Amino acid sequence: MTSAALLLVAAGQLPAAGHAHSGGVEAALSAGLVDDVDGLAALLGARLAGAGLVAAGIAAAAAGGWDLARLDSEADARLPSPAQRSASRAQGRALARAGARAWPQRWPTDLGAAPHHPVVVGVCVGDPVQAALAAAYLSISGPAAAAIRLIGLDPLAVGAVLAGLAPQVDSVAGGACTAVQAGRLPDDAAPWLDVLAEQHARREVTLFAS
Amino acid sequence: MPRDERPYRIGVGGPVGSGKTALVAALCRALADDADDPVDLAVVTNDIYTTEDADFLRRHAVLPDPRIRAVATGCCPHTAIRDDISANLDAVESLEAAFPGLDLVLIESGGDNLTATFSSGLADAQIFVLDVAGGDKVARKGGPGVSRSDLLVVNKTDLAPMVGADLSVMARDAAAARDGLPVLFTSLRDEPLAPAVAAWVRERLAS
Repeated sequence: MTSAALLLVAAGQLPAAGHAHSGGVEAALSAGLVDDVDGLAALLGARLAGAGLVAAGIAAAAAGGWDLARLDSEADARLPSPAQRSASRAQGRALARAGARAWPQRWPTDLGAAPHHPVVVGVCVGDPVQAALAAAYLSISGPAAAAIRLIGLDPLAVGAVLAGLAPQVDSVAGGACTAVQAGRLPDDAAPWLDVLAEQHARREVTLFAS
Repeated sequence: MPRDERPYRIGVGGPVGSGKTALVAALCRALADDADDPVDLAVVTNDIYTTEDADFLRRHAVLPDPRIRAVATGCCPHTAIRDDISANLDAVESLEAAFPGLDLVLIESGGDNLTATFSSGLADAQIFVLDVAGGDKVARKGGPGVSRSDLLVVNKTDLAPMVGADLSVMARDAAAARDGLPVLFTSLRDEPLAPAVAAWVRERLAS
């Protein structure tokens, strides 16, 4: 697989519903846990270490030819919050729609109607190392964009935060690939983000779907 | 799915407060409740605050609740109808699956600016709704909604004398910007079923 597929998926250029998901940022803002660039950086770091690592592992395994039905169950097991599971499947379904149109020749027939997002990232990108990188990066790029829109954080400052996290994105992707090569899927967690996701799902007034 | 194997999809866009939701409610009443020739229809709303417009439609009971779905747009209503239409496609397709006899799905955009326009991947036709209280210069300012929509509706004409809007100026400017595409002036206060707009929708369904 060429690196261009990685760029296409990671750049968010495919219409894959990511713009409507804040990855817990909206709930964190509402709860007063984040109100500036430093707070956002801490949240993104936590996302990367938990959800990002888990997603990177599943994406690498999907790209590496693991059984997709098993990965679907493994993803469910790693997302204790029903709201997180639902957000993952909503984005997975959207990316699958775009991916099936983009790469019809190599699109699998056993992906299901609403697959988990990192599974589809793996299928789209096709190479385990690059898929892990895309999944790790996507775990923070969407939430960073959401913070800019929600409270008008300086996009230059947020860009610098993402650049500062780049070495951690690389190491998370690398760690996920090492685990997958050893036959293991990462299962790290950030429970406070699960709690935020559930709080978000229960709020009456929200701008983002998650 | 090919166009002739699924319901027709009409997008309804326009600035905040121009009367999009009220127009959608009027069309639901005019078309779905027409005893002689009812249209089997459903609605998708796109909102800043997730379900506000869907709740309005449900409260006014213009359609049974399951026929109204709301899409969250993450601060960017135009993204959800133009750049990344996937959440709207999901909502439309789930309605099509739940109601196999549908003739029409109305997709109401969140209130936005004059550059908002529906993707051709989402809507077969689009209605852009302005109101006279937004100022009679709006039609002249143009933008894709004013110049390219399949139907331009200038709403709240009953307010024109109160806000000093000159309808003839708006009609002239809109005609100049639209190169022959249709423009309808409506007042939902005077004509709650928006008969001219409903007739236009029926024409599209028949074509």
